[in-house]
Amino acid sequence: MQFLISMHINPAVLDALTDEEKTAIGDGHGRFIEMLKRSGELITTQALADPSQAAVVSVRNGQPVVTDGPFLEAKEYLGGFYLVDCENKERAIELAAQIPDAAVEGLGIEVRQVMFADGQLEM
Amino acid sequence: MTAPPIEDLLRELAPQVLGTLIRRHGRFEECEDAVQEALLAATVQWPAEGVPDNPRGWLVTVASRRLIDQIRSEHARRERETATATAETVPEDVPDTDDTLVLLFLCCHPTLTPASQTALTLRAVGGLTTAEIARAFLVPEATMAARISRAKQRIKAAGSSFGLPEGPEREERLRVVLHVLYLVFNEGYTASSGSELHRADLAHEAIRLTRMVHAQLPDDGEVAGLLALMLLTHARRTARTTATGDLVPLDEQDRTRWDREMIDEGLELVKASLAGPALGPYQLQAAIAATHAAAATAAETDWRQVHALYLILGRIAPNPMVTLNRAIALAEVEGPAAGLDLLSTLDGDERMAGHHRLLSVRAHLLEKTGEAARAYEHYRRAAKATASIAEQRYLESRAGRLRT
Repeated sequence: MQFLISMHINPAVLDALTDEEKTAIGDGHGRFIEMLKRSGELITTQALADPSQAAVVSVRNGQPVVTDGPFLEAKEYLGGFYLVDCENKERAIELAAQIPDAAVEGLGIEVRQVMFADGQLEM
Repeated sequence: MTAPPIEDLLRELAPQVLGTLIRRHGRFEECEDAVQEALLAATVQWPAEGVPDNPRGWLVTVASRRLIDQIRSEHARRERETATATAETVPEDVPDTDDTLVLLFLCCHPTLTPASQTALTLRAVGGLTTAEIARAFLVPEATMAARISRAKQRIKAAGSSFGLPEGPEREERLRVVLHVLYLVFNEGYTASSGSELHRADLAHEAIRLTRMVHAQLPDDGEVAGLLALMLLTHARRTARTTATGDLVPLDEQDRTRWDREMIDEGLELVKASLAGPALGPYQLQAAIAATHAAAATAAETDWRQVHALYLILGRIAPNPMVTLNRAIALAEVEGPAAGLDLLSTLDGDERMAGHHRLLSVRAHLLEKTGEAARAYEHYRRAAKATASIAEQRYLESRAGRLRT
């Protein structure tokens, strides 16, 4: 079963972390990625640029309208994700709990099953 | 998609060649790699130069050379003497034992996760390449390669000997093997996403492997039962979806499109296996599939028999899914209200809470009792709960019929 494990970050929370804490989170992700690769469960992982760099696109009267910034003004934004292929939802939740963000107050991890997939998987 | 004859031959020989190599050299992990390389060499050479007179001997020879090269370079790395370690010449005689079953037991080792068991089985016994398995399971090749390599390391660490387990362990391990084959089949059958073509091939592959096990253990009722269940289910594949990929429920399927040959083979297997001593869950599920297959139209289905079979199945292998299916049969025999009553016994079951199958069956039965509004609501909830797009479309369309 494939799951998208998404990390919902709060820029204010991240900014308040000490350098040591930031390094620990980065190292934790590194170890998590290595573990997923060895177990044969990682499909891909990606981290996104800052939400302030986002563009919102809509088409009105056939004309694209582009505005700067995220779609919704919120405290939390999608920061990145892991796409995994694992045994079941319980395992996906177990994996999510190993992501360092899960232990930080104000950051959220969400687990959702994939319903449809297409396109190039090799990277 | 039918494979060319050379490919069929190679896939059939793959486990035999691997068995021979392991018997000669031990080292499952290295032998498995060597056989893959030999298979690859054959797919390149045989179409151009013709199939050798003794294809199995050819593969054993080539795989042995690869293995020896591999061991030599390993030894060279360790700067050790190589001459004594390996035989210089490879004997051309190939013992006439079929190790397919032994290999299956090894690949379905209980220390592995089901995902690893299925991947390793498809590669070592099915003769599929890592790339093919990765495509079938919709993951990158690197992911599948890691999974297979980890599975092989675990088997090595478990120190499993190359032979059939004895006594009750053998029985237990055979159940794991059958479960893995069942999982491979299901993966092919329930094409929830991606290329359905590759996934149909998995169902085909599961049938091929189960056929091999049945040939080795013709008197095992559960092996025969599983093979029959697969055949009877696979026989409906073309009637199961419309040209646009929409699901067609069993009672609306065009039964003339069922694969008659497969059904006949499945029915024969069920008949023969039901004559055996103890009945197992696969035999009972096959018997249920056979009851459906024997009905020329949905209206002629012997629901009393289906219900009775689910009752027995629930007794020997209690499971909320069995109760759920029995409720469908009961509704046909005694009316939808009786089916709904039986469903309500599942409400406290944690395993079924919010399960789309419970919601969709309840929706069907509510629709039959004329409770359109509640049926509509249950179809919608079921559509949200499923992870299959085809099923979601079907459930949405059922809900849509009630709204008008």
